[in-house]
Amino acid sequence: MSENTSGSRWGDKKKAKIDSLAKSTSKKDDEGVSLLQSAWRRLRTDVVFLIGATIIVLFILLAIFAPWIAPHDPSAQLLLDQVRPQTNPVPGPQEGFPLGADPAGRDLLSRLIVGSQQTLIVGVFATLGGLLGGLTLGTLAGGIGGWVDSAIMRVVDVMLSIPSLLMAFSIAAVFANPTQWTVILAIAIIQVPIFARLLRGSMLAQRHSDHVLAARSLGVKPAPIVFRHMLPNSLGPVIVQATLVLATSIIDAAALSFLGLGNPDDRQPEWGQMLGKAQDYFNTYPHLAFYPAICIIIVALGFTLMGESLREALDPKSRR
Amino acid sequence: MTTTTSHASPPAASGSNQPLLEVEDLRVTFGGRKGPQFTAVDGISFSVAPGQTVGLVGESGCGKSVTSLAIMNLLPGRGNKVTGSVRFDGKELLTLGDAAMRDLRGADLAMIFQDPLSSLNPVVPLGVQVSEVLQRHRRMKKPAANKRSEELLGKVGIPDPTRRLNEYPHQLSGGMRQRALIAMALACEPRMLIADEPTTALDVTIQAQILALLKELVEESGTALMMITHDLGVVAGLCDEVNVLYGGRIVERAARHELFATPRHPYTGGLLASIPRLDLPRGGRLNPVKGSVADNIPWDEGCAFAPRCNSVIDVCTQKSPDLAPDEATSDRLLRCHNPLTTDASDSTQEA
Repeated sequence: MSENTSGSRWGDKKKAKIDSLAKSTSKKDDEGVSLLQSAWRRLRTDVVFLIGATIIVLFILLAIFAPWIAPHDPSAQLLLDQVRPQTNPVPGPQEGFPLGADPAGRDLLSRLIVGSQQTLIVGVFATLGGLLGGLTLGTLAGGIGGWVDSAIMRVVDVMLSIPSLLMAFSIAAVFANPTQWTVILAIAIIQVPIFARLLRGSMLAQRHSDHVLAARSLGVKPAPIVFRHMLPNSLGPVIVQATLVLATSIIDAAALSFLGLGNPDDRQPEWGQMLGKAQDYFNTYPHLAFYPAICIIIVALGFTLMGESLREALDPKSRR
Repeated sequence: MTTTTSHASPPAASGSNQPLLEVEDLRVTFGGRKGPQFTAVDGISFSVAPGQTVGLVGESGCGKSVTSLAIMNLLPGRGNKVTGSVRFDGKELLTLGDAAMRDLRGADLAMIFQDPLSSLNPVVPLGVQVSEVLQRHRRMKKPAANKRSEELLGKVGIPDPTRRLNEYPHQLSGGMRQRALIAMALACEPRMLIADEPTTALDVTIQAQILALLKELVEESGTALMMITHDLGVVAGLCDEVNVLYGGRIVERAARHELFATPRHPYTGGLLASIPRLDLPRGGRLNPVKGSVADNIPWDEGCAFAPRCNSVIDVCTQKSPDLAPDEATSDRLLRCHNPLTTDASDSTQEA
């Protein structure tokens, strides 16, 4: 009899254990979460993502509120009276000007803060432009297929065979009056083939997927097949690529400005352009180049960290 | 019930109406031009009448799914050749234009697939997927289609359909996903339903429910059902007539009862003998059909099943057998030189 009671107690314990186990697993997997929700759940505890996201959020806030944050007008030559072209071309740090001024006597800190605006605009618009072109070409190629696919992909191959920065230089150099928008256009164009190829690849995988076959078996017409069944399922890798492209387009824009292909009007500060103008003083006053460079690096790093962890979260195969 | 047999008019099992779907000498060849050719379906003929359930049975790789995709005109456009004839309601499907075929698919001729999770679009709510079909074929407005979708989901046994309409496929269980797929296939009340292993991915209890649902459907609305499966249990519960496929050809066709009672083709016998049984002594070995389906189908120089057959005789490796009325039982078509004896228990032992 004692054996019997102990047996049942043991059984109870086991049951409770199984119950708790079942509860915990059901909580984990099956609480009605969408792909985005589960991705967010993973991202919330991902240190890398949080660091990247923090950098990006701070950067965006800085860009939006730059006019209020900046201590001075970035284009006012407040320290011009201290500039001595022969002895002291660059006024050093002083009260009210923690980073000093540039060779034109303008507050360096204010220029860095306001410069974030142009940098953000270039990054976002170049990426959006590339995304728009790439999505159009990729959807046409992957959705229609056949000779349309072959034609588009050959053009894309040609574009990819040219080093991208070289192509951006060539495009930017075509315009007689470079502005911020020629830079954006040049960078957007070099991103197009990357997005197009990526989207076309994942659309091709979708084309042969079971749910597309099932939709076709129900007589769904080609256009809804492409736009409702193939495209939304193919966007994951494109979204990830877009966050990574934000970083490279900021760097590319800096490169263009550095080489003098950007906006020559320096009343509107931009990090790459500040870096370019600092070349002349690099031996004696390296901090002029150092500050904008470190800004570019931090922002690019932020986007890259965010993009990489986003990729891991959205793609279950790359999860570790 | 089943008497006359010729190549073109197979034995009808129940309600011998005018056949709705007639497949004649269907042949699907992959590859070609430069690469090696591979014949997946090698001259299959059968027909399905309204209210009738016809089974295509065979192991993996014998051409079941390719047959169904060929009937639906869903094989990829390049790299394959489909010949023969598929007539649906008198209309030839193989030469039908893309647009006309699209109008037919989902409206009159629908299909249920094997894997319920991957056959639903993961990023679109269930309600949209069901009502899409209704809006497409019935020209319904969105609110009407939504209402009808809800009814359909309820009809196929999904609890709380109002809530489910806004849910995504991954939020449903496997059984519910398959029900949702069935609801989509049934949305426009098709006259013919092709079920490609609809229960393979499900556990046995759900399997039984889904089969009961399909059975009810056939009985209530007189839908013609073509059931593709490797599971003889499914056949036993559902099909009026069974076609046993091997290597892209039909090797035996009989009404369900006759097939199970007296399998004549050694392959059918082998399939039946390989089913695990509860009434056999414990520790006994299962009886699989030995070997596996050969990659290329050597029907030209004899019977393709000969290398795996227990009752192989000399002629089997020399002359390809024809599908002909079986002389001994006269209730079926058979493609065999040396069929099993009509004594059922004996034949299963042999195989």
